Amino acid sequence: MIIQEQEAIDKAVEAITGDMGALWITLAAILVFFMQAGFTLLEIGFTRSKNTGNIIMKNVMDLAAGSVLFWAVGYAIMYGSDLVGGGFFRSSPSDQGYFFFSADDWHNLFFQTVFCATAATIVSGAIAGRTKFSTYLIFSAVLTTLIYPISGSWYWPFDDDAWLNTAGFVDFAGSSVVHAVGGAAALVAAILVGPRIGKYVDGKAQAIPGHNMAFGALGVFILWLGWFGFNGGSQLAWGGDDTIGATSVIINTNLAAAIGAIAALFFTWARYGRADISMTLNGALAGLVGITAGCGSVNAWGALAIGLLCGIVVVISIEFIDKKLKIDDPVGAISVHGVCGFLGTVLIGLFALDGGLFYGGSGKLLWVQTYGSLAYIVWAAVASFIVLFILKKTIGLRVSEKEEVEGLDIHEHGVESYPEHISQDK
Amino acid sequence: MKKVEAIIRKSKFDEVKKALHQIEVNFFSYWDVTGVGNEKQGHVYRGISYSTSDIQRRYLVIVVSDDFLEKTVNVLLDTASTGNVGDGKIFVSDVMEAYRIRTKESGSAGIN
Repeated sequence: MIIQEQEAIDKAVEAITGDMGALWITLAAILVFFMQAGFTLLEIGFTRSKNTGNIIMKNVMDLAAGSVLFWAVGYAIMYGSDLVGGGFFRSSPSDQGYFFFSADDWHNLFFQTVFCATAATIVSGAIAGRTKFSTYLIFSAVLTTLIYPISGSWYWPFDDDAWLNTAGFVDFAGSSVVHAVGGAAALVAAILVGPRIGKYVDGKAQAIPGHNMAFGALGVFILWLGWFGFNGGSQLAWGGDDTIGATSVIINTNLAAAIGAIAALFFTWARYGRADISMTLNGALAGLVGITAGCGSVNAWGALAIGLLCGIVVVISIEFIDKKLKIDDPVGAISVHGVCGFLGTVLIGLFALDGGLFYGGSGKLLWVQTYGSLAYIVWAAVASFIVLFILKKTIGLRVSEKEEVEGLDIHEHGVESYPEHISQDK
Repeated sequence: MKKVEAIIRKSKFDEVKKALHQIEVNFFSYWDVTGVGNEKQGHVYRGISYSTSDIQRRYLVIVVSDDFLEKTVNVLLDTASTGNVGDGKIFVSDVMEAYRIRTKESGSAGIN
């Protein structure tokens, strides 16, 4: 009789803990969803006013299309079974099937959907101001249906089929799985689309200042806020040790973002003689991207070290890509998400409390982190190249010179985002 | 009647407006303009230094009767000045006629 009662209590506690976990994942996913607003505002603020509406449309549509496509196909591929190509691809859908249906797993679909949308939207900023809207939509759809889910399946199902999982790879919330994938796709897209008209004159990089620093700043604040869901939610549970885990992840996330902003501020202040606004904003994001992989395996000092390094590296990387490689990335997406995503993943090999080189590790983790992150970058770059190359040869990547100079808003969407006044000639 | 057009620094606008009110020039129009001049402003954006001579100024149009002209110009010369390049310019021209739309008055009665 007593044993039966104890069993009933245990069962009830388990059910409550499970429900709390689902609640936390759902709330976290809602925060991550709102990051789309942050990406939109950041991209709008750092570019010219004549392309505002186009940026709104790109960011709304990659979320909208991604939500449907990831429900229909993406999740099934990412969490499927029956490996082909040595673990490269899962040929059978997950238990919930294509067109996801589940009795009790909806919160996981929602959480994974908003992560997928995040990877997609990273590309938008790097190719802002000159890319055809239709081309972007097709590329974004392929990214959310195939490119992201395929490489996601290498690690995140956390099962024996995920080859990076069995290798001991660590990427808590997706510095590589989400951000480096988006950053690598952004790099390839920015190269293939080419720079904005006027960005390089006689081989020299020109400043094309963004039109609204307030939007840029609000965008970064929204992203910073959303990241507590992005990383904290990736604990995937709540209650007891998981509560401590999730909240320590949130503190690590905040510390890395803070020190990233501080590092970028002083680095640019010393370098340009001015406290640079847009670079400081990028520094906070660099710290966030960098800590995303390691927020569950480092302590606060490790988080500060990773954030600091990312805050400085992002500035050097933005300048190098802009001035030396002559790749036009208006918002710094390649540096923030690609470079700092890679760096943050690799730095786990140094700072992880379990297996990091600075904490008595053998260097094996550092090696796994390095090739694991590179696998994501190479995959995203190659897959993006194939898709974009086909698009370039068929419908084209760029708008016409006239459309670009006069603005995508008026030509792609038929209105200006900031009309002086409204009048109609009948 | 004369039309006084003045291009001044935005930072001097409040001072100028106050001084104009003090000499009882209470009616004028203004708008923000971008001009090209001798002054160059240095900028740094995302690590790229550049300078531009496209600078922001405020453009005032003041229509005054002839006996107000001298003090209006003097107020502008005194209060809009900092002594540095880029303080702006003043243009004076004749106005043929002025009307107040509500009362249909014309001439000086139309502007005061």
